[in-house]
Amino acid sequence: MNDDAGVNRGRRTLVIASACAGGAAAVATAVPFAASMLPSDRAKAMGAPVEADISQLAPGEMATFEWRGQPVWVLHRTPEMLEGVKSDDGKVADPKSERKKDELTPEYARNEYRSIEPKYLVVVGICTHLGCSPQARLKAGPEAFASDWAGGFYCPCHGSLFDLAGRVYKNKPAPDNLRVPPHTFLSEGKILIGEDKKGA
Amino acid sequence: MAAAEKQPVTITWAGPLNGAMGGLLTWIDQRFPLMDLWYSHLAKYHAPKNFNFWYYFGSLALFVLVLQIVTGIFLTMNYKPDAAQAFASVEYIMREVPWGWWIRYMHSTGASFFFICVYLHMFRGLLYGSYRKPRELLWIVGMLIFLCLMAEAFFGYLLPWGQMSYWGAQVIVNLFGAIPFIGPDLAIWIRGDYVVSDATLNRFFAFHVIAVPLVLLALVGAHLLALHEVGSNNPDGVEIKNAKDPKTGIPLDSVPFHPYYTVKDTFGVAVFLIIFSIVVFFAPEMGGYFLEANNFIAADPLKTPLHIAPVWYFTPYYSILRAITENFMWVLAAGVIAMAILIVWSVKNLRVRFAIGVLALLLLWGCYYFEPKVWGVVLMGVSVMIFFFLPWLDRSPVKSIRYKGPITRIALALFLIAFFVLGYLGTQAVTSGRTLAAQIGTAVYFLFFFLMPWWSKMDKCKPEPRRVTGK
Repeated sequence: MNDDAGVNRGRRTLVIASACAGGAAAVATAVPFAASMLPSDRAKAMGAPVEADISQLAPGEMATFEWRGQPVWVLHRTPEMLEGVKSDDGKVADPKSERKKDELTPEYARNEYRSIEPKYLVVVGICTHLGCSPQARLKAGPEAFASDWAGGFYCPCHGSLFDLAGRVYKNKPAPDNLRVPPHTFLSEGKILIGEDKKGA
Repeated sequence: MAAAEKQPVTITWAGPLNGAMGGLLTWIDQRFPLMDLWYSHLAKYHAPKNFNFWYYFGSLALFVLVLQIVTGIFLTMNYKPDAAQAFASVEYIMREVPWGWWIRYMHSTGASFFFICVYLHMFRGLLYGSYRKPRELLWIVGMLIFLCLMAEAFFGYLLPWGQMSYWGAQVIVNLFGAIPFIGPDLAIWIRGDYVVSDATLNRFFAFHVIAVPLVLLALVGAHLLALHEVGSNNPDGVEIKNAKDPKTGIPLDSVPFHPYYTVKDTFGVAVFLIIFSIVVFFAPEMGGYFLEANNFIAADPLKTPLHIAPVWYFTPYYSILRAITENFMWVLAAGVIAMAILIVWSVKNLRVRFAIGVLALLLLWGCYYFEPKVWGVVLMGVSVMIFFFLPWLDRSPVKSIRYKGPITRIALALFLIAFFVLGYLGTQAVTSGRTLAAQIGTAVYFLFFFLMPWWSKMDKCKPEPRRVTGK
């Protein structure tokens, strides 16, 4: 049987054209549905900066603040800890914070200690691997995950290690150093997390 | 045949009511293909007569699906998909809703038993070659069901809003964030926020209670239709359709599904319910494997639990994810090169050889260019997706393990060991020794599949019998 016999060519063309138009409309209809799953205006507005009071933070202590629903750590490093950071250079994957620097390390933290003031480390406490929050294991000494532990952070999910400057150890699942959020010192003992000082 | 011209239905099982029941069925049948459906899917669906123990798990999986839907409906009557109230509403169900604890424990235990049934059902397919021609589509639809089930379990696990719910979702959503280029935006789109939050919980609830179950039900329907089209495989892996009664056209080695297998499966359900009830009533947490201790603590976005692990049914893949570190990349690169050489050596077609060469070079470049994290995610995806290709990877002349040779038995045993070892390691914290073990397990896992076209063909198989043995 010849299927082409008796086909009205003009009508067939119209059927194809209207099917295409209808198909395009159906695809376009998917756009608002997909877009409705993006962060809402309210969720976007939640990113305001937070003020953190660190005047009570003694050397060797760490405090956690919440910014954009994420933990931000402020660690008051002792001189020994800073010495430790220096000696870690060989063990960490990106000692000079050169990878993805615009995203992870603001200009004022692109130094050995990844901080504005060497003694205060400010980092987002979210592992760059899959987003768990690492644990502070600040004291040097043997640990289950490293026999010659020099102090730093240990991610319980997939075993990534970070030193006391938030720099990731070599050969660990996490690809990058911990993120240093935009921050600025307001006065002695006060940090604003979430905003750079313009022109600094 | 037009519905109204159908023959009257005569029945003999209703005693004095035979006439009335027959009349009612005739009335329905002339308006709806009731008897056609009954015959084609049950009373005259001819299944091989030699089904054994492994053939319980398909019907049991269907039974658990019904159980999950029913218990799930009753849970939604008291659950609140709101980050501020979710955790408390689950505790409310557990403590204050009459019989709420029972319904909730059935649902949480049912999730684990669903995976037990489906894994055993899939293993049956592996044993008897049930995925081989002409059942490739049946297998693929089954794999789609498995993917849906994983999605369903993942979305559902966030709902109690405990610590494991929260951090589990955080990790899995971030897996999508690892996809090069589009990943970070994709993760935000999935979460509906920059972190896992109320928006995420609310949409996961929508996926868990309506979107995925609808797809799941449609796929289960397609799975059954495909099964009844091609007919069931059996432990001998020989087609019962090859030997038919010349008069009736019914396969000689078959029995009607109803009443033979409906009775067998009902017995299976009874035994299943005994085991299921023991768990629900005496060990609903199953030592932390079915319900994890950390999930009885409300979600805290600032603190990851000391030890986090997925529920047992995801741990083999999770181990593979964790095994891919910087120092494993050379193994991966070596694997790519070896596979490329092997394929080029076995395939004579020049175009295929060229394509494999280009693909291998691309992959090698990727090993160097992308972070190990990306490869961890990729290999975890491949470890699940590879099952889709089984119908074409297995090139053995026979279907069933009964007639396959020693190589298949050894390969299957090694694969099973790797699967269990990876599964165990996925529940444990990371140490360097365990990472090495997971890397070896990962290698064995993938070698089983990637080398299957060669070892399945090399194996010394016994001849298949002409008809099923009935053993």
